[in-house]
Amino acid sequence: MTAWIDLDALWKIVVIGLLCGAGLPAVFAVGLRVLSRSERRAEAVAMASVPGLDGAMTGAAPASATRTRAETALAGLCFAVILAAIAWGVAFIVAGG
Amino acid sequence: MGATAVIVPCASYNGLVGDTALILVVVTALAFDFTNGFHDTANAMAASIATKALRPKAAVAVAALLNLTGAFLSLSVAATIASGLVNTHLITLPVVFAGLAGGIAWNLATWYLGIPSSSSHALIGGVIGSTLAAAGTDAVKWHGLVQKVVIPAVLAPVVAVLIAALGTFLIYRISRGVRPETRDRGLRLGQVGAASMMSLAHGTNDAQKTMGVITLALIANGSLAAGATSPFWVVVACAVALALGTYCGGWRIIHTLGKGLVTIEPPQGLAADSSSAATILLSSHFGYSLSTTHVASGSIVGSGLGSRDGRVRWGVARRMATAWLLTLPAAGLVGAGCYAMVHGIGGTAGVVVGFAVLVAGSAALFARSRRAPVGHRDLHAEPAGPDAPTPAPSTTETPVAA
Repeated sequence: MTAWIDLDALWKIVVIGLLCGAGLPAVFAVGLRVLSRSERRAEAVAMASVPGLDGAMTGAAPASATRTRAETALAGLCFAVILAAIAWGVAFIVAGG
Repeated sequence: MGATAVIVPCASYNGLVGDTALILVVVTALAFDFTNGFHDTANAMAASIATKALRPKAAVAVAALLNLTGAFLSLSVAATIASGLVNTHLITLPVVFAGLAGGIAWNLATWYLGIPSSSSHALIGGVIGSTLAAAGTDAVKWHGLVQKVVIPAVLAPVVAVLIAALGTFLIYRISRGVRPETRDRGLRLGQVGAASMMSLAHGTNDAQKTMGVITLALIANGSLAAGATSPFWVVVACAVALALGTYCGGWRIIHTLGKGLVTIEPPQGLAADSSSAATILLSSHFGYSLSTTHVASGSIVGSGLGSRDGRVRWGVARRMATAWLLTLPAAGLVGAGCYAMVHGIGGTAGVVVGFAVLVAGSAALFARSRRAPVGHRDLHAEPAGPDAPTPAPSTTETPVAA
């Protein structure tokens, strides 16, 4: 069978392909999700400030609507991984694919 | 590489074909490169256009620019496409010409029908057909053909489907709860990155293919020593021809790939383009070349399968798969027929007549295509016809003027 299929190259393409081709966009999505957390909190704040049925304000505003430092750092890390992968890819091409 | 080589008029092939034939072969090779470009724009950009990550005209401009850059990025040139597939010492100018004619004919026919099909397969089919006609079955390395061309063509879409389906699933899963506008804006940005990566890799791979063919012709003609690398003018000419072809945009094919196969949402677009870029880069790195077209089409099918509703228009996919099965034999037949004609007439006159027939045929097909043109403005209409069932009405169809 190996005379017909280059299994050695094939499994590397599949495994690294899954890591880069599916894993990296997933990391990108994680970055987006983390960034959007503050947005969702802002929505929650807006919802909370709407007067309730009895006309009273329902509870105090929850956590801050601004992005926390941890969130910014985590999202930054995600996007840095992507940028590094792109740089690696370009280096790959320059090195002769 | 480096110094500009001038074609030195020297011993022409067997005294039968002269420099006129060589020039025509080089022009034909560049014409093939051009068709290669506009055939493959779709692979890199169809998904970005479908998700509106890029406007149609901007997408082809980016692809063309990156193709051009990619062609110069890697200088490990002149990996001749025919080596390992045919006995290269049997290759003469008429064989190269007829092979290119077969590739061009198939590329134009599939473009006319709007079917994405592998340009490498078209070229390989053409060269094998013309070699068969010139030197018989012994000149073709059948094992190499099956191992390096036929089996990878079956594996490429499978690998791409797998990666893109997983990527699509993960992106939908992770971005659940994120406001759709925020999600899509971010994902589109990511998709442009992935598609650009793909264009760059495509420029490197495909421009080299034609550089290899022209170098082969120069060697066959005796203008270059055997084993020589591509002269710099060949690199420039191939890069420019490919980029021009890409910029012209094969809108018919972009339409099929971006709109016909799957209705691509931003999460699917990012997954499809990332899968394609990774697979193509890795396959060329590990020396197991997979066709860009097969990978890109597989990725888009995978992005359909991995999405929540898992919709793929299998009628369109079947039509594409049929075309892929026919690529090698059909381009081979044209290549063989063309060789028979060129060889029958003989010498430079044969190549000149062959060239004239090719130009006339291409012009006729182009004229026919103008009767029902598909342009970048048509990309926001959903596909119609028996092979493309009407998709679910999209709520976000805002026309993008280009």
